[in-house]
Amino acid sequence: MTLTVEIRHRQGDFTLDVVFQSEGGVTALFGRSGSGKTSVLRMLGGLTRPNEGRLVLDGEVLFDSARGVSIPPHRRRFGYVFQEPRLFPHLTVRQNLFYGHWFAGRARTGAKEPSRILDMLGIAHLAERRPGNLSGGEQQRVSIGRALLSAPRMLLMDEPLSALDEARKAEILPYLERLRDELDLPILYVSHSVSEVARLADRVVVLADGRVEATGNASKILGAVSPATGREAGSVLSGRVTAVDAASGLATIGLSGTQLVVPKGALEMGRALRVHIPAREVLLATVRPQGISALNVLEGTIQSISLTGDGAADIQLACGGEYVQARLTALSVQRLHMVVGMPVHAIIKTVALGVR
Amino acid sequence: MGDLSLSAQEWAAISLSLKVSLVAMLASLPFGIVVAYVLARGRFWGKSLLNGVVHLPLILPPVVTGYVLLILFGRRGPIGAFLADNFGIVLSFRWTGAALACAVMGFPLLVRSIRLSIEAVDLKLEEAAGTLGASRALVFLTITLPLILPGVLAGMILSFAKAMGEFGATITFVSNIPGETQTLSAAIYTFTQVPGGDAGALRLTLIAIAISMAALLASEALAHVVSKRIKPQ
Repeated sequence: MTLTVEIRHRQGDFTLDVVFQSEGGVTALFGRSGSGKTSVLRMLGGLTRPNEGRLVLDGEVLFDSARGVSIPPHRRRFGYVFQEPRLFPHLTVRQNLFYGHWFAGRARTGAKEPSRILDMLGIAHLAERRPGNLSGGEQQRVSIGRALLSAPRMLLMDEPLSALDEARKAEILPYLERLRDELDLPILYVSHSVSEVARLADRVVVLADGRVEATGNASKILGAVSPATGREAGSVLSGRVTAVDAASGLATIGLSGTQLVVPKGALEMGRALRVHIPAREVLLATVRPQGISALNVLEGTIQSISLTGDGAADIQLACGGEYVQARLTALSVQRLHMVVGMPVHAIIKTVALGVR
Repeated sequence: MGDLSLSAQEWAAISLSLKVSLVAMLASLPFGIVVAYVLARGRFWGKSLLNGVVHLPLILPPVVTGYVLLILFGRRGPIGAFLADNFGIVLSFRWTGAALACAVMGFPLLVRSIRLSIEAVDLKLEEAAGTLGASRALVFLTITLPLILPGVLAGMILSFAKAMGEFGATITFVSNIPGETQTLSAAIYTFTQVPGGDAGALRLTLIAIAISMAALLASEALAHVVSKRIKPQ
């Protein structure tokens, strides 16, 4: 799968000039609000017409201003998940789910088994209810199921969690991870949340003021401090759940050469996942600390120290085969005489870890 | 005065009124939906002109509307002559002409009610339906139309009620011929003009009240059922 996006668009004072490519997997369109993420997604879906540009999905031209081509939204075959669930109030949950399925007609033969998608999202038991009787989280899961059942070639998700509270977000995120891992469906995911992007995305396209500021894999982009990542900048580590302890509510994640203890949440044994460690949540100690509450003490060596100029310092550590970012004050760096190559202990509170 | 049994002329007036009103309502419904949709969603030159023309029968004296219809749709009128020569349809002094007059008089009420409910439909739902593979026509049929159903029903009842009560335009356009164009209102008017017609007028008045009440109650019940289906709780 290859998606090529080239858009130039003016709307009042705002200019959008965006060029990027997306291969399979999950690509996050990441940036602060007002950076043009949603506009780009709407143009892809055919809901807004760009002034100029080209949109091509696997060789099929969806939009080309030079040639006057513009395929209407209902023939683009993208699954679009909006910020709000947008369920049809006059239809039951089942009728909502199968709305697009019915229009997909012959194209749906290649699609996944509907019952499998409903099970994966945990919504099979809601089928006979009315959308108005569902909780916010259930509604959004139905809306995701509805998009998936329309046999899309690609899923476009516009901050699907932003209208939900923290508890509902935590309820849906594991379902999104399952979709990513179990369906072979490319996803373009718009978000301004570092923790969501860290958990879901393979690649990240950073937008700022209508322009592409950076593209790259998720750990590289989210490790760098930028206006887009802000206070949430940090490292993204990939691992697998090696132990789950129901009694303490904790899970252990095996990483290369080290491990982390995180809140159990909805994690199951063997599950592959990414953990986002915000740099400001990491403490450094020059000796192994005694009698502290934090459950994660990782041994590592300092790889680099960069002063930010406003009294802070960003430090990169190598812990086993992983890299962890820490943000300290420049004063601490000076007092502890930190230099590159020095062995240190990184202390990370379990409750601060991104598996919320 | 105490005799409640209806004469043949009274029966004819009642059944004619029901027929004329039903035909007027049903025949104007498709046009009403199209015009309401265009006024609610369209952006084009002359939109306020169209809006004005649609609402004109509401403001004009009914006699004027009836006379305009007579000029346009009479045997020698431009539209009337065309319909008669090409399709053999004659409207003037026929019950079909009464239906046309009633439809025109009820049209602003029908359009207004449907237009308001179209404007209340969340465009985001239509957008979502489009991304799920429904063309614009199918979005209208499967999303917009079911959502505006309460407004459409209300408009239909208003149009029907207006047709039942219509007098001025009808009598001007198609006159007052018993059995052909003499509707309930025209019959009541006729009875009040002849000596000894009071009993007939009273009987028809009671019937008119009963029909109007029944229509109102039916619309309330329908609207209740429909809105419950659309918005649970």
